[in-house]
Amino acid sequence: MLTKRIIACMDVAEGRIVKGEKYTNFRDAGDPIAVAKEYSDMGVDELVFLDIKASVENRETTYNLVKKVAQEINIPFAVAGGVKTVEDVKNLLNSGADKVGIETAAVLNPDLINQAAEKFGSQCIVVSISPKRQDGSGWELYIKGGREATGVDAIGFSQDMAKRGAGELMVNSMDQDGTRAGYDLELLRAISDSVSIPVIASSGAGKMEHFLQAFQEGKADAALAASIFHYREIEVPELKKYLARNGIPVRLQIK
Amino acid sequence: MIAIIKYSGGNVRSVLNAIARLGLKGNVTSDASEILQADKVIFPGQGRAKPAMEDLNKQKLDEVIKKIEAPFLGICLGMQLLLPFSEEDDTKCLGVIPGKVKRFPNQDTEGNKLNVPLIGWNNVKQKKDDPLFKDVPDNSYFYFVNSYYADPESAAILGETKYGLNFASVVKKDNYYGVQFHPEKSGEVGEKLFKNFIGM
Repeated sequence: MLTKRIIACMDVAEGRIVKGEKYTNFRDAGDPIAVAKEYSDMGVDELVFLDIKASVENRETTYNLVKKVAQEINIPFAVAGGVKTVEDVKNLLNSGADKVGIETAAVLNPDLINQAAEKFGSQCIVVSISPKRQDGSGWELYIKGGREATGVDAIGFSQDMAKRGAGELMVNSMDQDGTRAGYDLELLRAISDSVSIPVIASSGAGKMEHFLQAFQEGKADAALAASIFHYREIEVPELKKYLARNGIPVRLQIK
Repeated sequence: MIAIIKYSGGNVRSVLNAIARLGLKGNVTSDASEILQADKVIFPGQGRAKPAMEDLNKQKLDEVIKKIEAPFLGICLGMQLLLPFSEEDDTKCLGVIPGKVKRFPNQDTEGNKLNVPLIGWNNVKQKKDDPLFKDVPDNSYFYFVNSYYADPESAAILGETKYGLNFASVVKKDNYYGVQFHPEKSGEVGEKLFKNFIGM
């Protein structure tokens, strides 16, 4: 039976894991390879590296990191952050990334998703979206790290992305981000119900219960978290046992 | 020497990395004599069946693959191409293992929505004993990414996986093995299976 995936996300800049206030005041939080290995040994199912300082100047550093991760780690991983062109996708895949996450460019240039999926296959194209709840109803997409509103409806956009060839959708709720109050379950369910590709829940996890809710009520296929794993506030083996006890299929046996 | 067949459909780097983790070196090649003289042949695959077959035919690798006598491992699309036909763009494939490659249905048998592609960790029920499964516990989890699945003759099925329906996730005929999942991305269990193949 297909299991629900637990994904650990690492924010990286210049080849190191960083933590701290969004986009300012970085604090070095470790070597991505060592942390990735620990996660893999704990039973994390997949990794995401978010290049938060992605820019032309430090692309090479990112490619080198991706190469090293691909050499050392034997579980799938995605790389996201600043991906704008088919060439960016190609370089990350050639460096050894299994998947590439695309966010802002998917909104500004949706044809990129068609082109990338056609060329490399849907399986490696993850579209990441950052919706924010609107006063009336529905959710509006934000881009550029949450700094810019787009007026685009999250549900319609998700369906469009699936049609264009996205292999997975990563849903980062702007409202829940950093709250540790749980994922936006209504948003997750609305998206899961409207597409036939896997949905990854992101933003808001604070307790084990939140993961259970993301799978049961949000109908997510995978749930992602960053700092609560990094600071061991939730231990992945415990989380998986808890989910299994509550009837969620998870990969328990890892050897 | 471990040959990794070089063609347009291959995801070579992750296979090379997996071989390197075992302390070995792979030779990525499309040279017929190198492939036919290799001790092991790995046939990776990613992407669509049609362009992959077109490239194999153009390089005359289709005939080379059929002549291989050494242990052979097709991975993902590399497994699917071993069958004679794929519903993906109605593609004529290699025909080393009888059967057909089909697309996953959009619903399971109970009428629930089935996401396609299948992406994630799923278990493999071992249907027969085989050296490939040495020290690999029954129902171990492997990482899958596929929209199509192989439906081979039943004699060729070594392992089965459930996704909407039961499909062949490990196949074998003579010296040809095929795995639908990515052993090189399936953690320690995948590494064991990979090692078992390399050690044959």
